[in-house]
Amino acid sequence: MSAFTSKFADELIANAAYIGTPGKGILAADESTGTIGKRLASINVENVETNRRNLRELLFTAPGALPCLSGVILFEETLYQKSSDGKLFVDILKEGGVLPGIKVDKGTVELAGTDGETTTQGLDGLGDRCKKYYEAGARFAKWRAVLKIGENEPSEHSIHENAYGLARYAVICQENGLVPIVEPEILVDGSHDIQKCAAVTERVLAACYKALSDHHVLLEGTLLKPNMVTPGSDSPKVSPEVIAEHTVRALQRTVPAAVPAIVFLSGGQSEEEATRNLNAMNQLKTKKPWSLSFSFGRALQQSTLKTWAGKEENVKAAQEALYVRCKANSEATLGTYKGDAKLGDGAAESLHVKDYKY
Amino acid sequence: KFRSRHLPQSELSSPSPSPPPLLSRMSCFKSKFADELIANAAYIGTPGKGILAADESTGTIGKRFASINVENVESNRRALRELLFTTPGALQYISGIILFEETLYQKTASGKLFVDVMKEAGVLPGIKVDKGTVELAGTNGETTTIGLDGLGDRCKKYYEAGARFAKWRAVLKIGNNEPSELAIHENAYGLARYAVICQENGLVPIVEPEILVDGSHDIEKCAYVTERVLAACYKALSDHHVILEGTLLKPNMVTPGSDSGSKVKPEVIAEHTVRALQRTVPAAVPAVVFLSGGQSEEEATVNLNAINQLKGKKPWSLTFSYGRALQQSTLKAWGGKEENVEKAQKAFLARAKANSEATLGGYKGDAQLGEGASESLHVKDYKY
Repeated sequence: MSAFTSKFADELIANAAYIGTPGKGILAADESTGTIGKRLASINVENVETNRRNLRELLFTAPGALPCLSGVILFEETLYQKSSDGKLFVDILKEGGVLPGIKVDKGTVELAGTDGETTTQGLDGLGDRCKKYYEAGARFAKWRAVLKIGENEPSEHSIHENAYGLARYAVICQENGLVPIVEPEILVDGSHDIQKCAAVTERVLAACYKALSDHHVLLEGTLLKPNMVTPGSDSPKVSPEVIAEHTVRALQRTVPAAVPAIVFLSGGQSEEEATRNLNAMNQLKTKKPWSLSFSFGRALQQSTLKTWAGKEENVKAAQEALYVRCKANSEATLGTYKGDAKLGDGAAESLHVKDYKY
Repeated sequence: KFRSRHLPQSELSSPSPSPPPLLSRMSCFKSKFADELIANAAYIGTPGKGILAADESTGTIGKRFASINVENVESNRRALRELLFTTPGALQYISGIILFEETLYQKTASGKLFVDVMKEAGVLPGIKVDKGTVELAGTNGETTTIGLDGLGDRCKKYYEAGARFAKWRAVLKIGNNEPSELAIHENAYGLARYAVICQENGLVPIVEPEILVDGSHDIEKCAYVTERVLAACYKALSDHHVILEGTLLKPNMVTPGSDSGSKVKPEVIAEHTVRALQRTVPAAVPAVVFLSGGQSEEEATVNLNAINQLKGKKPWSLTFSYGRALQQSTLKAWGGKEENVEKAQKAFLARAKANSEATLGGYKGDAQLGEGASESLHVKDYKY
């Protein structure tokens, strides 16, 4: 078989398709302890377990939010945490019709002989960890590969390493019942134009799907989490329609129809930008044999975080802010977003941090 | 005339002030023929139409003639092609005809160039540009395809003569250790190099990685190999900066091997075939034009019909590029005799119409079967 027949095949296919349900998408809440520390610091909140738990409880119990979501990506710690009345987060999610996901990579390390290019680590013992996570209720996983655009980047070496790392991770996940999200993020940093981003994105995605084929990955049981195709962060902005055209064309040229859904990362886009761009893609009239949805972290949580500021009395308002963004993005997956989401504090704020490390 | 309604989103005209992109930065280079390639490729995939493969080399057509006791001379080769191209009512079902070089310059008995007959009927002329296969040293009879030398110049010439698409046949086989990684790589990268040279010269390249039906393997094995080969092809096409919207794919259907002893239903062939394509062929490719391999005329039609009836994601047209499976009954009915031309043309019309219906999933299996329509056309290790 070109795709090995995992005993989990039917489940993988069903779960991947479910994540792509029109009107739904993914909340990426898998910030590592270090990364969430930076977020909490920005709102003057101490980085301790209870605060991390409080934040995630705020998110997962926000009224109206879960119906807009098909999955939530968690950091390992969160997979085992409970709400203040003792209910496991994974149970809250499941009861809300949301699949729990888990970040399984162990960050990036530099590739010797390159100009700051990286590969992602985490393959050692990955199978055992996936088994454990499946037992704890996870049904999908995420692994972030990172590439950058520069004079000589991304190099063939970096593309190959990251593509084949992703493919190895993907098949190990499938062997253990987890739908792998394949995430080859091309950083937005740089002064390149949108055409350059398109060329690089197409090259990287072509390499990914060759690697996935070589590793016998069952494409119907995977998801893709790519960057949108945009100008570099130091270049002039373009309209959502232009982003949509370039992005969808890049996907048409590289992503097989067997992939059920594409769940975009938001990169450094503001909450509102990310929603508008997703909306424009879903309005585009052209061949799109996969769902186009979201897997947003910062672009779903920014206003919520600012509104919460770590204070119990702000929880309700913070949850409303989350609901506003969830609903807006849900509409964007249907191409029906009218741009009327009540903008929370910071919704239009760029979330770009140069050379962002998660 | 060949502009299709199915043109993709036009190249954007953003008001961005930045300078035009460098060609070297594009994942697919911007050939000056880009718009034409895209339009022609889309046209070939027009629902209800498909390709007649009439590009048999002189040697190959000789074998066909021998089977009906016809002498292999130029006038007979010309007469056969005239019979096909002037069949009343047939060309409406045909979007393109692949020709051998000799035929590109031939005329009807009344002195009209074949390419003009085609163009007037809304049919794009195509041209076979490969020069056959040679064995790969160190393999068990695996081959690569030759024809890259001077290909650009030949394409230019063919474009001037009226050709608008080209065909290059790569051949792989299934065996205990085949296809090898070497054979897959060589054939995929040969196809990609040919494809971009065609595009530089205004010809839509048909990418044909034929996996021979010979062997005793089951349909699952064929599916596995087909997926592996197609994945390699699209990686090679990406590496070579080919504009996928301006290409066509001509693959084998996914079937059991000819010696497997198992026949499967058209629906099973359809499922395995479409799934293999879903796993490998990007949506940017406008049309998939199947080769018929050793299938009989009727099998090839019924299978194509099942493929088009299948419910599932199919972001490309699914049509035919048949040689033997369109001409077998016609050849037998003709027998090289002038008095049989009308009968032979009726046979050809019947198959053309049947396949047209199959592209729409509307074939009822009622084509008046010509003599030999159900006859397997499989010849072991067939050399074109």
